[in-house]
Amino acid sequence: MTAIIALSLFGISNLFLGFWFPRKTIQNITLLFLVLSMALTVSDWNHELLWFGNMFRTTNTSINFSLIIQLAAFFVVAFSKAFGEDDEHSHPAEYYAIMLFSVVGAILMVSFDHMIVLFVGLEILSVAMYVLTGSDKRNLRSNEAAIKYFLMGSFTTGILLFGITLVYGATRSFYISNIGTILTSTAPESMPTFLFIGVLLIIVGLLFKVSAAPFHFWTPDVYEGAPTIFTMFMSTIVKTASFAALFHLVSGIFGSLYTIWVLPVYFISMLTLVVGNISAVYQQSVKRMLAFSSISHAGYLLLTVSSKQLSTTSSILYYSLSYTLATVAAFAVLILVSEYQSARVEKPENFSSFQGLAKNNPGLALCFSISLLSLAGIPLTAGFWGKFFIFSDTFSRNIIYPVILAILMSAVGIYYYFKGIIAVYFKSGEIEKIEVPTLYKVALWACTIGTIILGIYPNLVKSVF
Amino acid sequence: MSLLFILFFPLVIGAILLIAKPKQAFAISLAASIIELLATIFVLKDAASAENGLVFTKPWIEEAGISFSLWVDGVNGILIGLCALLVPFIVASTANTDKAQNSQYQGLMLAMQTALMGAFLAKDAFLFYFFFEASLLPIYFLAAIYGGENKNAITFKFFVYTLFGSLFLLIGLIYVYLVTPGTHSSDMETLYQTAIMLPEHIQGNLFLAFFIAFAIKMPIFPFHTWQPDTYTVSPSQATMLLSGIMLKMGTYGLIRLVLPMFPLGIITWGNTAVILSVIGIIYGSIIAIQQKDAKRLLAYSSFAHVGLMSAGILSESVEGIQGALYQMLSHGINIVGLFFIIEIIERRTKSREIAQLGGITQFSYLLTVAFIILSLGSVALPLTNGFIGEFLLLKSVFDYNMIIGIVAGITIILGAVYTLRLIQKTMFGNFSRITKDFEDLSVAEKWVLIPLCALVLIGGVYPSWILNFTEPGVQTLVSLLK
Repeated sequence: MTAIIALSLFGISNLFLGFWFPRKTIQNITLLFLVLSMALTVSDWNHELLWFGNMFRTTNTSINFSLIIQLAAFFVVAFSKAFGEDDEHSHPAEYYAIMLFSVVGAILMVSFDHMIVLFVGLEILSVAMYVLTGSDKRNLRSNEAAIKYFLMGSFTTGILLFGITLVYGATRSFYISNIGTILTSTAPESMPTFLFIGVLLIIVGLLFKVSAAPFHFWTPDVYEGAPTIFTMFMSTIVKTASFAALFHLVSGIFGSLYTIWVLPVYFISMLTLVVGNISAVYQQSVKRMLAFSSISHAGYLLLTVSSKQLSTTSSILYYSLSYTLATVAAFAVLILVSEYQSARVEKPENFSSFQGLAKNNPGLALCFSISLLSLAGIPLTAGFWGKFFIFSDTFSRNIIYPVILAILMSAVGIYYYFKGIIAVYFKSGEIEKIEVPTLYKVALWACTIGTIILGIYPNLVKSVF
Repeated sequence: MSLLFILFFPLVIGAILLIAKPKQAFAISLAASIIELLATIFVLKDAASAENGLVFTKPWIEEAGISFSLWVDGVNGILIGLCALLVPFIVASTANTDKAQNSQYQGLMLAMQTALMGAFLAKDAFLFYFFFEASLLPIYFLAAIYGGENKNAITFKFFVYTLFGSLFLLIGLIYVYLVTPGTHSSDMETLYQTAIMLPEHIQGNLFLAFFIAFAIKMPIFPFHTWQPDTYTVSPSQATMLLSGIMLKMGTYGLIRLVLPMFPLGIITWGNTAVILSVIGIIYGSIIAIQQKDAKRLLAYSSFAHVGLMSAGILSESVEGIQGALYQMLSHGINIVGLFFIIEIIERRTKSREIAQLGGITQFSYLLTVAFIILSLGSVALPLTNGFIGEFLLLKSVFDYNMIIGIVAGITIILGAVYTLRLIQKTMFGNFSRITKDFEDLSVAEKWVLIPLCALVLIGGVYPSWILNFTEPGVQTLVSLLK
């Protein structure tokens, strides 16, 4: 809890630090801030408490989600190197501050106990993201992406808010626990119809944010247009936070309305798997491929939302962690390679610009391959166990066909992830040694080694979750 | 502990080779594989004298009931022995080539050995699956980095195809695992007891899921389309690993998982599976006869042989399983030797086209002798190791169904046709433009071929010590089926 206060203060102080310090110093200070806030988050461990007029609840699950979010933010900050150098118009301090603010929003979204907190958290996160998406001011694509994201996002917020209103109208409460009690104690026949509409609207609003099909159309364009470092931010932090909120609502308080949402949610989950994976096959750009891959991962995660089992939370946490580590590493290598190629080829983010990376940059090639293997779910990497836990968890609830579809789709996934590995190792190309800053290198290897360690000994974190 | 050693020792050395890239890669790798062989012999001796084999268990993912457990008994002892026995030869076969001092190449081979050992040693079904899939990575990189023409597309097909197959295995395993009582367990013995109680139609579906996974790995007709291309395009050592050892993961899976778990499933689908296997035998042999490329010919012959093993296993008799185990061992030895001979010829003549070769016997008598011995082992002539296994297998298939047995028996004739044709066209006759400067075998090549030939003969003359080793395990297995 103290973590969100601290992060807000850190964000504000970051804005002032920008007066005196160069980008690099601010980056290091921000990393320090994040470590501190993680420590503060951990200090709430095993203290289930309500804050802010019972609107905010810290549980071990929410702490775990917050930690994953802050870890992702830590890596994003560590990988931020491009902005603010040789550019009088950029304002690194503000970007770091905005990132910290959006982490506050994300934490609110994983620990809300009141609908308004959910809404406020989502808005803090989203508004920050609109700004960051458009931060590459002189790039037309970035501007387009920001406008698109903003329009779609505000529309979504409207839907979510409308849903919250309807649910409030039916239950006369914003408190999650109150709504839950009212929903379970009322017979479905005596509930007003607009309650069901409200529930579905809330679900749809959050599905927009996790970019589930058919609400995914903004994702590839926005991911591609945004500066890669913020794409990394979006695809990890926004996803994790929105999914945690969705899971909290759907499996928690809406659990008693199972029959209302279960079919739509499974339909959407399967559609997401198919759309995400099949579209990813046709992408030439690594960044777009990763955008579609993030859609497909939302599909895998959605398989779990109908669960009431305690063990599901740990599967979701494990999956989020493995996905975050792998995605962050893949984007980090993409940043380096596309930066190197931007002066040399027309489309620096395509698979073709990765060709021959392994020759002079074996370390980068290895990190990139391991992250792709993990996303594909190959053994020895964390992604394998992530998928394994999700599949076996869903299977255990007798949901057979969606899982079989998911397994087939993960075979399709191998196809497009391996395009990257093949380009890196087996295609010839001329890439000289790419200079990597020390901090960047350390963070990249941390992700990679983390992925492998979690792949070999999943119990390391599984026992905590 | 000794089990852990034989599992991880190759990986440790392989990792050293991959990361530190020492100068003496060949020496290190060869020494490691020989130490591994000696250690494995000790382990197998222990296992033979121990009452119920050796077991090692450590919790892995505790709350899910998944443990890191390994075991050795009569059934997998053969395969562990095979894996440890063949890798030194495979490593030695790189001697004096540019791959000998290539630490990446040697490291990947050793990493592959760990993955294979892990799949054979695993007592926990998910651990088995873990290694079953993980073994794809080193072999994929071996084949895709060092392969021949059009390697990217072919190795990629291989990877996706086999991985796709093993996903079915994963579905099936998770299904059975979730039926296990209590907090679930994925220990194989628990899975046996659980799966056997399942109703018939579920066992039938599970049998199909498992069978497809293993059929793609072996491969069985009609899931074989990845195999000839991959065997042909891979560098020789990768082909040896694939055909000598990795293929046996499929047959081993049938014995270890399918037989004891789904007896009712076998009643429903076993016949179909046996017929597919036998179609593969005939189909593979006929295509092998028409091949122009020697390596491709051997690939198809391997495809034909594995069909017979699969048919024998699914006949569910002691002879069938014993024969399959024995044949896995002999097939591994023979096919590694044969692929090595083709590589020797290719090194000197830069060609594998059967039509372009000929008359090699005039330049290298020893190579011809070795080729003949290994080929005769492969066509199952009496006094060679192939005879014992193939005889037992044919007998079991014959007992299972006379007509299928007769059709499967044709394999001996067809096998003789393509193998003898291969020898005749390459070794005898007049020498050609490219074979006229054929050099005799080097010392290193002799060191590989002579022991392999000796093993062919020893295995043919004195099979009982191996059959005695496997028998208790097989008896227990078959008694489970009754």
